[in-house]
Amino acid sequence: MTATLPEDRILAEEGLAPEAAGRVLLIACGALAHEILALNRKNGWQHIDLQCLPANLHLWPDRIPDAVEAAVHEHRDQYDSIFVVYADCGTGGLLKARCDTLGVEMVEGPHCYAFFEGVTAFLDRADTEFDAFYLTDFLVRQFDAFVWRPMGLDRHPELRDMLFGNYSKLVYQAQLDDAALDAKARDCAERLGLSYERRLTGYGDLEPALAKAALGERSAKPPGTF
Amino acid sequence: MADEDDIILSELSDDELVLQMHDDLYDGLKEEIEEGVNILLERGWAPYDVLTKALVAGMTIVGADFRDGILFVPEVLLAANAMKAGMAILKPLLAETGAPRMGKMVIGTVKGDIHDIGKNLVAMMMEGAGFEVLDLGINNSVEKYLEALEKEQPDILGMSALLTTTMPYMKVVIDTMKEKGLRDDYIVLVGGAPLNEEFGRAIGADAYCRDAAVAVETAKQFVARKHNQLNG
Repeated sequence: MTATLPEDRILAEEGLAPEAAGRVLLIACGALAHEILALNRKNGWQHIDLQCLPANLHLWPDRIPDAVEAAVHEHRDQYDSIFVVYADCGTGGLLKARCDTLGVEMVEGPHCYAFFEGVTAFLDRADTEFDAFYLTDFLVRQFDAFVWRPMGLDRHPELRDMLFGNYSKLVYQAQLDDAALDAKARDCAERLGLSYERRLTGYGDLEPALAKAALGERSAKPPGTF
Repeated sequence: MADEDDIILSELSDDELVLQMHDDLYDGLKEEIEEGVNILLERGWAPYDVLTKALVAGMTIVGADFRDGILFVPEVLLAANAMKAGMAILKPLLAETGAPRMGKMVIGTVKGDIHDIGKNLVAMMMEGAGFEVLDLGINNSVEKYLEALEKEQPDILGMSALLTTTMPYMKVVIDTMKEKGLRDDYIVLVGGAPLNEEFGRAIGADAYCRDAAVAVETAKQFVARKHNQLNG
């Protein structure tokens, strides 16, 4: 796996090619690249390689299953196993179905907000916290590219309450304990007219999911294929 | 468009004005839409014709380009705001002059979900198509849906969800309707970004509608079928 990542804009718009070295390939959302790299360093997973799909696929979740499938087909012959580092991510179960067909595993949970916090804890809060707007480290850094500009708020600030009026608070799920990101997240909340809460989640369920992937527990090929 | 300031709406022919209103709706120009609606009314257009030929037709173009990835949420919201402003002028006139009534719909976002942009677009386009719409808003429990069905006796129940975590609640509502023997009394339409046709079928809805234009067409078809059955 690469030791350094391109800038966030590249991860958002272009993604990251694998190095074609290693036995296990992670096909991940570009928004998770920094966290995956950090966990790789921490755990010394020398045999893992990383490919990132553009993080901005989240603007069109219906395109994610096809993009993942194309990446699996492109690389499956070069690795012992492949693991998809996406949660459902707004695909309504279609990504899981596609991964099942392809014979590859993926991260459990509805989205990265859930697995960073821990899926069980996140779902336990669902009844009382459905009016929260979540940001992760990546989304705080890329707030303008992923939230402000795509929602047209740079051009039409009058749309803010139509878009965010039903939310009551912004919850920043911090992977890193970083004062600068905290300050930026607080500013994001202010710009959206929401109250602010910060939770230091760390990597949550992502670390055990990647640890399992590192074991290469499942074949990259679907059952019955050679 | 840079040269748009030069266009005097009142100097355009009816056909030109309608096309210009489609453009203005596309560009989210609220004041121009209000002006266009008033001009057509002054020229003796029936309010229903203004609604369908200028506003609904224009918004259908917006909806198609949104579906095709040409327009995004903010542009659609601006267009919707412009259409809403035009409809505000027409609504009282439609009530006075009488417009075809297609049927009645109760619509709302499901429990645990606060997202309402898509649902609001559907409600607006349904109204534009001649449906009476009762909008329950966001975060609706099964009890709230059932209460509205009993009180309003609509033809259609519409449910919307944006989250993978909340879309299963649609099945809770439909299953409760079945338990109470109410399911077949209503056309149930569902929609929302993470849904798909398979999900709609699996939970027992009559149809999944991928966008507002599809919702309108689907609603019209089901209501016509229902009426045919009643007449048969």
